[in-house]
Amino acid sequence: MAKKFRQAYWDEPLLKELSRPGRIGMTPPADAAIMKQVTNPSALIPPSMRGDPPDLPELSELQVLRHFNRLSQMNFSVELGMYPLGSCTMKYNPKVSEMAAGADGIRQAHPLQPPETVQGLLSIFYELERMLSEITGMSRFSLSTAAGAQGEFAGVLMIRKYLSEHGGAGRDEILVPDSAHGTNPASAAMAGFKVVKVPSDGSGQVRARTVKDLVSDRTAGMMFTVPNTLGLFESEVAEVCAAVHGAGGLMYYDGANMNALLGRVRPGDMGFDVVHLNLHKTFATPHGGGGPGAGPVGACKKLADYLPVPVVSEKGGKYFLDSGLGHTIGPLKGFVGNSAVLLRAYVYIRLLGSSGLSDVSSLAVLAANYLWKSLDPEAFPVSHGQSLRRKHEAVVSVHGKQSGGALKVAKAILDYGMHAPTVYFPLIVSEALMIEPTESEPMEMLDEYAAALNHVHRSLEAGTLGDVPKNTSVGKVDEVRASHPMTLKVHW
Amino acid sequence: MDPLLVSEMLRKVGAASVDDLFSDIPAQVRLRRRLRLPEGDSEYAVRRDVQERLSGNRTPPSSLCFLGGGVWPHYVPAAVESITSRQEFYTSYTPYQAEVSQGMLQALFEYQSLMCDLLGMEACNSSMYDWASAAGEAVRAAGRVTGRRKILVGANIGPQRAAVMKSYAEPMGLGFQTVRFDPSKGTLDLADLRRKLSADVAAVYFENPNYFGVVEEEAREVVSAAQKAGALAVVGIDPISLSLVKNPGDYGADLAVGEGQPLGIAMNYGGPHLGIFAVRETKLARSMPGRLIGLTTTVADPGQKAFAMALQTREQHIRREGATSNICTNQSLMAVAAASYLALLGKGGFRLLGESVIANSHYAASRISRLKGVSSPHLRGSFFKEFCVSYASSRASAVFRKLAAKGILAGYPVGREFGLGVEAGMYCVTEVHNRSDIERLADSLEEAL
Repeated sequence: MAKKFRQAYWDEPLLKELSRPGRIGMTPPADAAIMKQVTNPSALIPPSMRGDPPDLPELSELQVLRHFNRLSQMNFSVELGMYPLGSCTMKYNPKVSEMAAGADGIRQAHPLQPPETVQGLLSIFYELERMLSEITGMSRFSLSTAAGAQGEFAGVLMIRKYLSEHGGAGRDEILVPDSAHGTNPASAAMAGFKVVKVPSDGSGQVRARTVKDLVSDRTAGMMFTVPNTLGLFESEVAEVCAAVHGAGGLMYYDGANMNALLGRVRPGDMGFDVVHLNLHKTFATPHGGGGPGAGPVGACKKLADYLPVPVVSEKGGKYFLDSGLGHTIGPLKGFVGNSAVLLRAYVYIRLLGSSGLSDVSSLAVLAANYLWKSLDPEAFPVSHGQSLRRKHEAVVSVHGKQSGGALKVAKAILDYGMHAPTVYFPLIVSEALMIEPTESEPMEMLDEYAAALNHVHRSLEAGTLGDVPKNTSVGKVDEVRASHPMTLKVHW
Repeated sequence: MDPLLVSEMLRKVGAASVDDLFSDIPAQVRLRRRLRLPEGDSEYAVRRDVQERLSGNRTPPSSLCFLGGGVWPHYVPAAVESITSRQEFYTSYTPYQAEVSQGMLQALFEYQSLMCDLLGMEACNSSMYDWASAAGEAVRAAGRVTGRRKILVGANIGPQRAAVMKSYAEPMGLGFQTVRFDPSKGTLDLADLRRKLSADVAAVYFENPNYFGVVEEEAREVVSAAQKAGALAVVGIDPISLSLVKNPGDYGADLAVGEGQPLGIAMNYGGPHLGIFAVRETKLARSMPGRLIGLTTTVADPGQKAFAMALQTREQHIRREGATSNICTNQSLMAVAAASYLALLGKGGFRLLGESVIANSHYAASRISRLKGVSSPHLRGSFFKEFCVSYASSRASAVFRKLAAKGILAGYPVGREFGLGVEAGMYCVTEVHNRSDIERLADSLEEAL
């Protein structure tokens, strides 16, 4: 029997509606002696640029806290319940990482302060860089990129620059499988490439012979996600890499799904030249409701000098931020990187160590297969690779005549106090549910989730599901109505 | 791993062992050894090691920080830390399922609204990575909207933004040209801008206050010159300055970007910070990168307020190679920090903040000017919280290192390549500094010269 669940609902007004003239929640510090000497501070701004203070809402500190605490109660999270969003790797984020990132030694560190004053932090980043290189089989990493997509952008820019310096300036095509995340084609296009779609076969995998037919002297490279978004290991990955290399292109590894492979197989050993990792996925840093993340990018030896700067270097036992790579694509972020995210990932790797990281992938893959096998196969058939093992996630279709079944199932599962899978992705699967439980969920939670999905489907088929969701803060939201430029802020 | 549970799970899966689950990985690519990493350690041991290493860093409160340049020391209120430490916010994902994510959606919507008020803009996205990448995306958007290929940037903008903008925009075929500044005042040279504007200019990017801390008095003239030439005017701002300085909407800027870090976010040695991206006209909203949250209702009840992600057809997960940007993960939690920060200070507190900052910085500049062999502020232009100081007979880089050795992080070097005619040091003074901090700075500088 499903557990009862009711998400909190506060009919919470907007900050503007709570405002009352004259209130200040926190008075900023001011030195009385100095303020006495500067009688009219705003006169220090030239008249042409002197402005009126912005019309911000005026609330007490308690009002602000209540407002945001109430909002937080209307927000589902990993620490409240299972959150098996496919390709998002919503695992547990160790609390100790938060403690570590709360130290003044990082919070109050300024990115322009001299390296001799931040050796502690730089030594951690240097070690992290070495660890990520070992985990992926790369020669070197730059920790500077702020998210997976920025890592991808860096990677394709590196490919572009390397080729242009090695007689490949005319290579303007990047191959991207049809099962890839949307960021792949978007990143390639941002870097000025034409995107060539690689169809996957009936088993959901990319075949080397398909790639061979698509490559030419215009091929700059290929972006490849392994395991792919169906959760399948690409069994011809080595041959695909060889085909692209044979045509003079370079291979980019999208590390979004690396949680399946830790300690088992490394991108560098598969033949990849450039790699990004999502530290907010595989390395357990919290997602922050959409960010921040960190997307370090790694390179094989011949591309290491093209990495985005700064990288962390060491000389004579001293660490420093190094912008001096000979062929760098330049910086993509103003300062260093998302340092506090990097620190959390470092803590995670230190906690688990070599065998702990391998166990992570073993359990993540076991959980995904177990959950998949616990689903009613008629209700949730798979369209690709029925006989293949899943890796970190499984993608199933929602069976039934009604279209919109996946959306309906997703909304219904919310009523159980559990988050929905990713829906309608990958695009090659109709009515797709993409389920990634991660290693954090115990067997009984997986059982509960499967039972809920199976139950929802029976109700859907029987026509007894009704309007869903019912137990969430609000009922089904009209997303179309939100998509008007006039609804993006409060209009008074 | 509990071996009993594992074997029970394996039975259901129909696998003989965990290794069996990986048997489809071709042997030739498998790793045949363990990862060469240290073995895992206890929570206590890891925490202790990290704490020890971090405590070796020279940062406030054991040192004084007067560094700026795009990351600034400001006070992070306890209430903001409390709010961003709510696990409901920080352990959630992008609010794809609106019905269970109303909290994050409303918080981000409030951020967008507050930023629009602050900036005088009509639409603001729910965050970019940081100021520099937001500036890079802004000039790319200008290239798309105008179909033009040249970007004019002030020579007095932050070198970090200049470099990142190039990394972002050059791959789409955009070229850059710099606009001179007045070396005595530090403000943009309007005549040089007018000379360089032409029919192929997509955008003019300038910063206000600029990298030297000087307020661009002729912002309105810069903007209208750009717009007269058919280019978009893009301005990069420090949001705290808008407590006293006119906002980008006041002087008609088309796009505003900036660094939201001073709005309740720690300096964090470079990140996570908060990239601000806003447009003055709603028609530009469809060309914006990044996630937008919209106000709506539930399907069943048109009177029930609700929030959802909006205009998603611009984004990579729908539009793929045709998207306005590849950005997916952003800095949402930082946007929540900024929203709660602005709400805490409110109209009155924000004004007081600006007054405290400008009073302290001017007090400090004047105090330093009493030292022998310095010119402080070096530039004649009006400044808000940062100013340049030049030294008669010392290298700025040497002064910077000597101050750091005394526990004063200040005077980041502005080299000769900036065209000030001299080397200088940059000083940033905010509300976190008091008179005795400034005295200590001045005394230490005197010794370092």
